[in-house]
Amino acid sequence: MSWENALIVAILMSSFLPGIIIFMLPEKSTGLRTSLNLFGALLKMTLVVIMDLAIYYGRVFHMRLELMEGVELFLNADPLSAMFATLSSVLWLLTTIYAVGYLEGSPNRSHFFGYFSLCVTVTIGIAMAGNLITFLLFYEMLTLATYPLIIHRGTDEALAAGRSYLFYAFGGGGVFLFAVIWLHTLAGPADFTSAGFTPQLIDNDAPVLRFIFLLMIAGVGVKAALVPLHGWLPRAMVAPAPVSALLHAVAVVKAGAFGITRIVLDVYGIKNIIQLGLLPWLMTLSSITIIWGSLRALQQDGLKQRLAYSTVSQISYIALGISLADHRLALIGGLVHLVHQGLMKITLFFCAGNLAETLGIHKISEMAGVGRRLPLTMAAFTIGAMGMIGIPPTIGFVSKWYLCLGGITAHNWWVIVVLVISSLLNGAYFLPIIITAWFGKQQGSWPREKNFGRFETHWMLLAPPLVTALAVIVAGIIANAQFSPLAWVEFVVQEYTR
Amino acid sequence: MDNLIINEGFPLLSFLIFFPLAGAVVMLFSSSDSFARFWTLTVTSITAILSIPLVTGFDATTPSYQFAENHSWIPQLNINYVIGIDGISILLVMLTTMIMPFCVLASWKYIKARVTPFMICLLIMETSMIGVFVALDFVLFYVLWEFMLIPMYLLIAIWGGPRKIYASIKFFLYTLAGSILLLVAIIALYLKNGSFFIPDMMWQNYSVTFQILVFLAFFLAFAIKVPMFPFHTWLPAAHVEAPTAGSVILASVLLKMGTYGFLRFCLPITPDATFIIAPFILWLSIAGILYGGFTALAQNDMKKLIAYSSVGHMGFVTLGIFVLNTQGVEGAIMQMINHGVTTGALFLCVGMIYERTHSRELSVAAGVGKYMPWYVTFLAFFALSSFGFPGTNSFIGEFLVLAGTFKADIFLALAAIPGAVLAAAYMLRMLQRVIWGGTNNPDQSYLVDLNFREIITLTPFLIFVFWIGLGPQPFIDLMHTSVASLLDQLHSWQQQGIAQAVLR
Repeated sequence: MSWENALIVAILMSSFLPGIIIFMLPEKSTGLRTSLNLFGALLKMTLVVIMDLAIYYGRVFHMRLELMEGVELFLNADPLSAMFATLSSVLWLLTTIYAVGYLEGSPNRSHFFGYFSLCVTVTIGIAMAGNLITFLLFYEMLTLATYPLIIHRGTDEALAAGRSYLFYAFGGGGVFLFAVIWLHTLAGPADFTSAGFTPQLIDNDAPVLRFIFLLMIAGVGVKAALVPLHGWLPRAMVAPAPVSALLHAVAVVKAGAFGITRIVLDVYGIKNIIQLGLLPWLMTLSSITIIWGSLRALQQDGLKQRLAYSTVSQISYIALGISLADHRLALIGGLVHLVHQGLMKITLFFCAGNLAETLGIHKISEMAGVGRRLPLTMAAFTIGAMGMIGIPPTIGFVSKWYLCLGGITAHNWWVIVVLVISSLLNGAYFLPIIITAWFGKQQGSWPREKNFGRFETHWMLLAPPLVTALAVIVAGIIANAQFSPLAWVEFVVQEYTR
Repeated sequence: MDNLIINEGFPLLSFLIFFPLAGAVVMLFSSSDSFARFWTLTVTSITAILSIPLVTGFDATTPSYQFAENHSWIPQLNINYVIGIDGISILLVMLTTMIMPFCVLASWKYIKARVTPFMICLLIMETSMIGVFVALDFVLFYVLWEFMLIPMYLLIAIWGGPRKIYASIKFFLYTLAGSILLLVAIIALYLKNGSFFIPDMMWQNYSVTFQILVFLAFFLAFAIKVPMFPFHTWLPAAHVEAPTAGSVILASVLLKMGTYGFLRFCLPITPDATFIIAPFILWLSIAGILYGGFTALAQNDMKKLIAYSSVGHMGFVTLGIFVLNTQGVEGAIMQMINHGVTTGALFLCVGMIYERTHSRELSVAAGVGKYMPWYVTFLAFFALSSFGFPGTNSFIGEFLVLAGTFKADIFLALAAIPGAVLAAAYMLRMLQRVIWGGTNNPDQSYLVDLNFREIITLTPFLIFVFWIGLGPQPFIDLMHTSVASLLDQLHSWQQQGIAQAVLR
């Protein structure tokens, strides 16, 4: 086994093995569990960074396991996988710290952290999947690994949300499986590295290829929460905050968006997809999702529900950028949002978790004056929200800037219109929260207040959102530096626009 | 008989058939329960170990029947004792021999009364099951096929649950009804050929009407055995009442006999009829897949749930067989093995819960995950395997079947996909209940997790789930030549038929 293969395996194992050990640990051994978790997360992050550097300097990471003729498991870390893997592993570390603080003293923690580690493992697996079968494998595993986390609290509401999640996810999974097999019988086995089909196939089977594309998008669209397949996401918000933060802002929905990216760029290939005329469909779908998600977000009073609909809307920026894949700038805007949205949304969810855990606040209408009680948390929230709206110098601005530039170079005014409307709507649903929090007057006492001594809340709950909020600004300011998310995305895009 | 590769050395297949029977005879002279248990375990284990040379000595490059033995039996009627295996039957024989020791282990504590007769029944079952898969003489096949009913009937009727009489009689009558016409067809074929040697009956120029009649007779017998929708109603009753070992044998081996029959008899003996009737069977399979899925979704009895899931899974097998292309048929055979492994293991799991709670109701088993983590871990893997999760064995089978179906007819594939999703739905529903339950779980604190014997029983199944799931190629290689040869002959037969029709 070459060191490249060993590294891939090590990256997967660095969260898988701790997860398995954690399952077996007795509930009481908190210290051991926490150290294992943090050790795994740190190790994983380090290994992923090593892999990033190696990829940057041109190393190739391939690992194959043939199942049967024409069907193989194929792990392949390219710059795009590295991007998703880095995002997941960095945010996993932060979320682990957050979750340790959040779940202090609550039951079934072995269970929780065990599944949490499995989720991260399969997310990295999705990132490194090198063909559709492997992608499908990890994609389905993600559904299973997140389900126990959604129903973690075991209430009837949580169980119902879990059922709805499974219904959507496996419905999508079935459609996806169908499309994968269909494509397999038509075009034969194909790796993500060999994008595209033979010209004859496109000439002969164009309608079928179009239909398969729609099926695939519907399959991954469930996790990417494309309207009308988004219904599970707001309901899944009954899960504990760290779950909502990492999984429903990053891992699961990103897996969907990442799937769309792979299908367009690597399964079909930009050239073919333009020839088949499929991009306008994707654009329409994503535009509708962006606007609809924002409109629905406006109506929510539950903080997490509003954030969930905001996720629905924001994730589709990625798809919007991809739908202009033939224009470099738009593609950059879409892909970089994969990272940027993750950083911003996880900040917001961390903050929402702090409000719930420290003060028992779940609704926006209860938030009046909370800025004075939790100034640092609300500062982080404000930064995250500013990013979502797209105010410079945050990273949200960078994403929207590139998307707009892409729309302009493509002479596609539709994109600009969608972006402007959605930014206005972003403002309309985030600004009232910020204004109430800072300038509103506290009504009576907080629903369920806890005190944590020196800081406004437990330090483990406070540090992660501050770090991510800082990243939201810093990554925006240094967007031009060598290893900023933007620079990496430019490196990714090089491969596809050559 | 040129397509037999006669085994000159040790008569391995005959040994596999008769050794369990001899073991059963020995037990007649003992009345000790523990002797019966250990002896049966020894006999079945020796059979399993001695069946391994079948695989190591198997020549996967020829479609001929290997390890063959040919002895005269009733010369007046030209009935012979001919046995042999090819790529289609070898995996099924292996499945049978391998699964029997675990049936014994699963009955270790479960069966408390009349242990010796129970074990004798198991051994007689093994003899007749192996015999059915290796028989190449139609009379021999038929005798064993019928003979199998008796021990199975006894297993259900004596050691079964509260409604065992109803279930066992239903089982017996259904299968017997199917078999009668099978006998008629066998005699009709004998009158045409003057031989009971099965390969002699294949690829003969029977008239199309004759073929259709024979096919329908075969179909009834095999469809009941599979069971295909709408001939399935005996299955849930039998499964629910049967003891664990009975359910495992029923699910893992007996159901495969129907699909094995389709492959061994229908396709080569009545090829024209196959082409004519296949479309109907395909849609019947789809109906079975969907019906099994929806019905399983509504069950609260775990055994019934798995029984109905079998109807769906076997629908995939018949679907794969009758799309009549390599991928489909290979997928179908893979799926037969997978279903044997996975569903067998699931029945073992249900049996383990039943031994503890004396109930198979989901509501009683709700939330046992808290007290039986090892148990639910096994259960979870088998449930995943059951709905064809990627990386497990059934994914390979379903993938091949669906890929074959795609080549045959896109709409069929489209119709089969919801079945795969339904399977996920009912299995996850069961898993959710058993592992976590709801807010009003019954008190499970008295439950103890799996003991060593139970873990030993389940682990080999898990190994096969992942072995086939991650490295199926050796299994496919074993069957490939036979399948390819069968389909080649079938399709060239079709070409000939067309050519002749054109000439006329």
